[in-house]
Amino acid sequence: MTRVEELQDIATQVRRDIIRMTNAVMSGHPGGSLGCADFLTALYFDIMDIETEKFDIDGKNEDLFFLSNGHISPLLYSVLARRGYFPVSELATFRILNTRLQGHPTNADGLPGIRMASGSLGQGVSVAVGAALSKKMNNDPKLVYVLTGDGELQEGQIWEALMYAAHNKVDNLIMTIDYNKVQIDGTLDEVLSLGNLKDKLTAFGWDVVEMQGNEMSDVLDKIKLAQTRTGKAKPVAILMHTLMGYGVDFMAGTNKWHGLAPNAEQAEAALSQLKETLGDY
Amino acid sequence: MEKPVFSEKKDTRSGFGAGLDVLGETNKNVVALCADLIGSLKMNNFAEKHSERFFQLGIAEANMIGVAAGLTIGGKIPFLGTFANFATGRVYDQIRMVVAYSNKNVKICASHAGITLGEDGATHQIMEDIGLMKMLPNMVVINPCDFNQTKAATIAIAEYEGPVYLRFGRPAVPNFTPENQKFEIGKALKLKEGKDISIFATGHMVWHAMEAAYELSQNGIDAEVINIHTIKPLDKEAVISSIAKTKCAVVAEEHLMNGGLGDTIAQLVVQNNPIPVEYVAVDDKFGESGKPAQLMEKYELTTETIIEKSRKSIQRKG
Repeated sequence: MTRVEELQDIATQVRRDIIRMTNAVMSGHPGGSLGCADFLTALYFDIMDIETEKFDIDGKNEDLFFLSNGHISPLLYSVLARRGYFPVSELATFRILNTRLQGHPTNADGLPGIRMASGSLGQGVSVAVGAALSKKMNNDPKLVYVLTGDGELQEGQIWEALMYAAHNKVDNLIMTIDYNKVQIDGTLDEVLSLGNLKDKLTAFGWDVVEMQGNEMSDVLDKIKLAQTRTGKAKPVAILMHTLMGYGVDFMAGTNKWHGLAPNAEQAEAALSQLKETLGDY
Repeated sequence: MEKPVFSEKKDTRSGFGAGLDVLGETNKNVVALCADLIGSLKMNNFAEKHSERFFQLGIAEANMIGVAAGLTIGGKIPFLGTFANFATGRVYDQIRMVVAYSNKNVKICASHAGITLGEDGATHQIMEDIGLMKMLPNMVVINPCDFNQTKAATIAIAEYEGPVYLRFGRPAVPNFTPENQKFEIGKALKLKEGKDISIFATGHMVWHAMEAAYELSQNGIDAEVINIHTIKPLDKEAVISSIAKTKCAVVAEEHLMNGGLGDTIAQLVVQNNPIPVEYVAVDDKFGESGKPAQLMEKYELTTETIIEKSRKSIQRKG
């Protein structure tokens, strides 16, 4: 089995987890979670240099990841558990009273792998910029990654952070935008168009790499390409083309499943398309 | 009672600047952030001497909160400074999620708080900030009374691990507490012992409370003055033991009556020992342009109002 195939298998199991977690509590956000599963799997299982055994919030000499679009928490929890931050069995507690796996991620309950709460949109890039500055001051050569939604770019704070990062040459930072062009109320162009996003990012002083976010080989290649573009006095953005709901045919490419959990029948139909590769939790 | 005296008039924001200067020399993890108000916040020295630890964010306060929260990852202790309005109300959700809920070691340092901001008027005069900040779980709220105390508080909060809101002001006010005092978070300071009424004051109003106590003493009323520099966590023991003796109180603050120190004290009083409480605070109004002293007069944040409300409180206890 090739490395790409191995990672695809992990991503498929992660997608099963997402369907099962959201179905179990009939809440949560499966659409964006499914769409970003390949990216986050690649990041945690192949790209990042991380310490999963002894989680430390400061993450010195580790790569760091921040999830800005916190609503895709089922994906993050599945990846963290599958990667060994906490027991896979804990995924069964998602969104249940007294869980550490809150609806949106938080460090408040000490869940290993989470360094900052997120969910109120538009804040993660600022946080990642701060963490990247901290690494520079500590002469820590590792990188900071942040994932944002595309609808999230409608929040003004994101553009404050983009401006700041470029002005201050925060070049140990890779921001990935989940460019699925869909948000809760419809497509970006229906709700509030981002116009030519690539040109906007470039105009804001960012070095932009485009990536096919649901093709594992391209995900690996382009994140590695982005890595080679760090340390050159510019922050780096990956414009990640994905399909919201990718991996389940009836959930893909629509805003319908942004924040809608599949019922038992729908979950069964979805799971029939996703092979159990690592064993369900 | 001796007539209260002060050494000189100095602005509390300069106390913040002086404290930050000390931290620049003593604590390498302290970093400072500002949103285009370096001079107003008295952060010039730190910015010049420690440029590698100083961040100019531009006029972008929301980003400043997020960057500060991110800087704590890796062990930095961010002190961010801007006007109180832009440090609280403008960025409430940011503070709520990435500072308070995430329990990060961020120090929100807010100048030009209250009505004494003066001529810029109501758009900049926030009198809701104590309420906004004290409602956030995990947030410590500190409002020191003069230059010396603000300097001491600035130095002290670097040693405390967790979110802090430090509130101070623009105008020069009497500097009357000891130089190089030790500042203990959450420990109220009894400035004058008394038996007839408890005057609880915070920030700029503490000096007026001392003046009021002196005037009252000339008329045979023995007031106790307690400086509540830390609004949260409140020194409950200090309040309860004082009112057990005096059986009535006045709370004085440069803030709205809604949400301020008065609310916090009233809550404690009704749960423990219901006694008359009077307020010297602004009653559900925005401010306006004017000189700080004129505004304090018009909005009845004065020594005279404390005296009047003290008499009323004493009368009510019968």
